[in-house]
Amino acid sequence: MTRLLHITALFLLFVAGSAAAHYDEIGGLQIIHPWARATVPSASNGVVYVAIANEGETPDRLIAVETAIAERAELHTVLMEDGVAKMRAIEAIELAPGETVLLEPGGDHIMLFGLKGPLIEGETLALRLIFEVAGPIDIELTVEAVGADGDDHGDHDATE
Amino acid sequence: MPSRLAIIIAACVFLLAALGVAAYVVIELRDRPAASGGGDGSLLPATLGGPFSLTDHTGRTVTEADYAGKYLLVFFGFTHCPDICPTTLNQVALTMRALGDRAAQVQPLFVTVDPARDTPAAMAEYVALFDAGIVGLTGTEQEIADIARAYRVHYARAEIEGAPDDYMMDHSVLLYLMGPDGNFRRLFRPDDKPEDMADAIVEQIAEDE
Repeated sequence: MTRLLHITALFLLFVAGSAAAHYDEIGGLQIIHPWARATVPSASNGVVYVAIANEGETPDRLIAVETAIAERAELHTVLMEDGVAKMRAIEAIELAPGETVLLEPGGDHIMLFGLKGPLIEGETLALRLIFEVAGPIDIELTVEAVGADGDDHGDHDATE
Repeated sequence: MPSRLAIIIAACVFLLAALGVAAYVVIELRDRPAASGGGDGSLLPATLGGPFSLTDHTGRTVTEADYAGKYLLVFFGFTHCPDICPTTLNQVALTMRALGDRAAQVQPLFVTVDPARDTPAAMAEYVALFDAGIVGLTGTEQEIADIARAYRVHYARAEIEGAPDDYMMDHSVLLYLMGPDGNFRRLFRPDDKPEDMADAIVEQIAEDE
């Protein structure tokens, strides 16, 4: 019974968490739950994740990212070859109409090189996403725990 | 007493929903492939791993003998890795939590493939973030090359265009469970669920006993 309650509680938390996720909509593009991973104090680079839903009729592409918190930001992907992970820069992230693209741990992500300071859990960062069609979209995002996995329903306490 | 009836109905609905969620969770877990590494694991020779001499994150020289009697969960990465490595360390931290009392029998070892930048101090700062008893291991280029070869781990420096001072490391992302006898037991993948990994480790301990 306790286990049932526990599972139910988790489920309710999940529902509540999803409803509270960050949400922005500009020109048919929805920017959903952008977040950065907390870093160690001496970190030179960091990572940002986000989901982008293209609810418009037109294909678009995320082509660049600008931020004042790092020397530069790049779009990266992870290639898995025979169990070896290779991170590589990519030119753009394609956003087909009606589709949601996930930038998430272990997949495509935004790399921040030359951080001007560590990313501290709970802090807010400003970032500009530049789209080929929609143009620039300024977003704010929260730094989450180093152990966060991007879901809203757990693991946030993983580094307590 | 309509209010009492309402409470009973609400309780029934709640219980039904809870049962539904529980059933879903049980079915999901059952249908998921076991985290034992399956076919991949059986392809790896029992000779995988072996003796090593490295420096832990406190600056102490350690060998496999320092962890005698324990299961080792060995994995490779580097601290300038913002994406895969924190995900893996977190996966290990959650596995250790899921192990409960059994965690005392398991020592996670995070071995850097970037000894040039990963000093013991850098490793200490990094493993501390995860608070899971993970030991960070670094060494000379040769010592790291030796342990990587012993675990069939590939790693290579990858330059970053426009940033001559910075670089990434390509590296194998598998996790190796070694027995107290130093022999390879099981392989885990970066997308294995911590609960499944903990179950597989407990199963392995029971099998060995």
